[in-house]
Amino acid sequence: MINSPYIRKPASVQSVMLQVLLALVPGIAAYVWFFGAGILVQLAIASAAALAGEAAMLAIRGKPKALFLTDLSAIVTAWLIALTFPPIVPWWLTVTGTLLAVVIVKQLYGGLGQNPFNPAMAAFCLMIVAYPALMSQWPAAGQLDFKTQLDLIFGGARQVDAITGATPLDALRTALRSAASADSELHGLRASQLMDGPAFGALGGKGGEWVALAYLLGGLWLIQRRIITWHIPAAFCGALFLTAGLLWSVRPDSFGSPLFHLASGGAMLGAFFILTDPVSGATTARGKLLFAAGAAVLTYVIRAFGAYPDGIAFATLLMNILVPIIDMKTQAPVFGHKKD
Amino acid sequence: MLRKLFKFHGGVKPQTNKEQSTTAPIAPVPLPDRLVIPLHQSVGGPPRPQVQPGDRVFKGQRIGAADGNLSSAVHASTSGIVRDVVPAVMPHTSGLTTLSVVIEPDGEDRWGELDRINVRAATPDELRDYLRDAGVVGLGGAVFPSHLKLKPGKEGSLDTLVINGAECEPFITCDDMLMRERATDMLKGISAMRHMLQARDVLIGIEDNKPEALAAVQAAITASGEKGIEAIAIPTRYPAGGAKQLIRVLTGIEVPHGRRSTDFGVQCFNVGTAYSIHEALEHGRPLVSRLVTVAGNVNAPRNYEVLIGTPMDHVVRLAGAHPDTDRYIMGGPMMGVRMPAFDVPVVKATNCILVGSPALFPPPPPEMPCIRCGECAKACPADLAPFEMYWFSRARNFGKTQEYHLFDCIECGCCSFVCPSHIPLVDYFRFSKSEIWAREREKEAADTARERFEFKNLRQEREKQEKAEKLAAKAAATREKVAGETATPAAATAAKPSGDDAKRALIEAAMEKARQQKAQAAPKNVDVTSPDVQAEMAAIDARRRAAEPPTEPPPPAGQA
Repeated sequence: MINSPYIRKPASVQSVMLQVLLALVPGIAAYVWFFGAGILVQLAIASAAALAGEAAMLAIRGKPKALFLTDLSAIVTAWLIALTFPPIVPWWLTVTGTLLAVVIVKQLYGGLGQNPFNPAMAAFCLMIVAYPALMSQWPAAGQLDFKTQLDLIFGGARQVDAITGATPLDALRTALRSAASADSELHGLRASQLMDGPAFGALGGKGGEWVALAYLLGGLWLIQRRIITWHIPAAFCGALFLTAGLLWSVRPDSFGSPLFHLASGGAMLGAFFILTDPVSGATTARGKLLFAAGAAVLTYVIRAFGAYPDGIAFATLLMNILVPIIDMKTQAPVFGHKKD
Repeated sequence: MLRKLFKFHGGVKPQTNKEQSTTAPIAPVPLPDRLVIPLHQSVGGPPRPQVQPGDRVFKGQRIGAADGNLSSAVHASTSGIVRDVVPAVMPHTSGLTTLSVVIEPDGEDRWGELDRINVRAATPDELRDYLRDAGVVGLGGAVFPSHLKLKPGKEGSLDTLVINGAECEPFITCDDMLMRERATDMLKGISAMRHMLQARDVLIGIEDNKPEALAAVQAAITASGEKGIEAIAIPTRYPAGGAKQLIRVLTGIEVPHGRRSTDFGVQCFNVGTAYSIHEALEHGRPLVSRLVTVAGNVNAPRNYEVLIGTPMDHVVRLAGAHPDTDRYIMGGPMMGVRMPAFDVPVVKATNCILVGSPALFPPPPPEMPCIRCGECAKACPADLAPFEMYWFSRARNFGKTQEYHLFDCIECGCCSFVCPSHIPLVDYFRFSKSEIWAREREKEAADTARERFEFKNLRQEREKQEKAEKLAAKAAATREKVAGETATPAAATAAKPSGDDAKRALIEAAMEKARQQKAQAAPKNVDVTSPDVQAEMAAIDARRRAAEPPTEPPPPAGQA
């Protein structure tokens, strides 16, 4: 028995997810261009692990496999994991992280649409706590050729410290801290001078800033396609810019510039692809603004004062916790009940 | 002059599919062999049958009289012989039956003596009664008796009379064709309504995908020379033809759920209703036919002037249904209801017979879990959060659905239309509404039962008391008699007040006992219902008190 409406817009979860994946392609292309093709291997590993984990869980839960495996939601999670993890982490780390995300954070909570936390970010947090060293080693742009990357991903012997450094975010914070201490060789240098090194580009990290720009483009396309709304990206970028700008304007020698923060780390990926996950994010217009602004402030605090290279993942999870109350308290007035 | 138009939130733009049925003019329908006219065709009480099997009726003869003021009369659509007055399947998904008059046409289609009214001389109340007896109801689909809506608000006049020619549902074009072909008569009906409502302005809203209709109405307005009437093109966006949405677009006023639009100085009528009012007032013709669009899975989609009671398949045959036809839908693809059979009668609510097939309206893809994407909230013209209500409906947490304004949902179908997970959201909301109504009925029944029980207790107590009084009086009389016989007259007078005292004490004791019993009786009665049902009843009570402003129920929102 089917009731009205008898017609439907040709929309599906699959097409939504597919468009999110497509919107990531420019960012991935820039990633490959600046940092090598290793990321493609990581994307493939994560996708395979995600599908395997999803299939196993669907079988255990007695859910239709074909329907849910083709909805592409697991692939989106997998890609976000691959893109937020360092590109040279060993394969088993990518696999473990992805399985954690899909099996525990998503499927054990009830599968598609039921997870209170962003699976990719939960995986990132678990992995960075469990493997802080491996999760903090980022190659600089153009530093490693594809073969070396493959060796690092699949090979046993690793001399990561010898060949890779920290993220520009981490590098700047470390440098700023040592600049603040009297016995350092960097003592007395300002942020702008510290950012003169080979790891830095015009705004953020060398190469990384272009990847961020490509994510921004993909994200704008998602807004234009009406897959996401402007609220979360705008509130996140705006709040991050303001928070960073406030501290930077007071003490420009001690803090990174607002543009540096926007162009670095996972800011753009977070603003357009991670925080906009509808399942774990806020849904009302005002709620989205609050949710994203809160995430931006937390991100900045973790970046500037915390122990981890980037704060997006922790900020996302913390704000995920608040989503139910944010949504409840920000319901828009309904037709005829608006304030005059 | 460019009028400032307002926007309503949400809405969708389904393929309109209106061109197919507007190429040919409105066509008549040959008389069928049999007309089945349901007596209950409008909101309100079912009319009382006025004919018996074997009666000869003429066209326009009243066969069902309005039952009270919240009701509307029903008439014979053609002349002929009443064959039966029986329950027949009504045009509703449920397939339930309703008392109907079966008429065998005599082929003459002869009007009888028509009951005329002098529009100029009649008082507004007389006009309203006349329209009630002429069976004029809202033809946009809500079939609310028009005479009840033709009352100005408390001020005695109205700012704006909104005429609904939006016709936002795909496929339906009967209003479009009516405006193209009968704009002048429609306008006369509007003038009559304007007079009855003492309306200052008249705004006729027409979606901008009907330029011919708009031009025709504008030409008619110019020709009439009447001032303060304006036909306005509004953006094509479903459900712009919902009464509340149209009022919003044209005037900026949002009429909240549970309130009458006249409280805000606005009233809204469908264009077809305006035409029927003209027919009734000017020619004395009651509502015996209406325009019906036949569209969808047919060779030649077209509009027909159809007698009320004509079997649907008789009309569809003219348009030539394709062989793979598997259903008729009354109304459009967004809000229409599937018919239980092909031969159910056309009624006053039938604006369209949408002929369906599995190819035209394929079953939806498998339902997926909600991903909270918020598309439904973006599309909702009532500014609701359907995905939240869906969640609470699934959990049968009906209190929460009401907190999220379930009853502001107009069931327009926009949320289901856009949902990427293909969730039949509107079905969930219909389910929740009917569950809540069922619980309220249950509570009402329990309330009535308790009242009856209390009354019975009270009555029994009263009887007991009266009996006791009688006995006491008798005893006193006997004592008096005995005393009178034995004691002196002085002693008798002294004894009398003490007898009164005894009586009073008896009465008081009886009343006290009654009070105690009543106090015990009240909670005892709800024992029959389980504690959670009781809690639900209490919650319903509280919510109703909190949510409902103390007004009469408003007319439902019409949908054009």
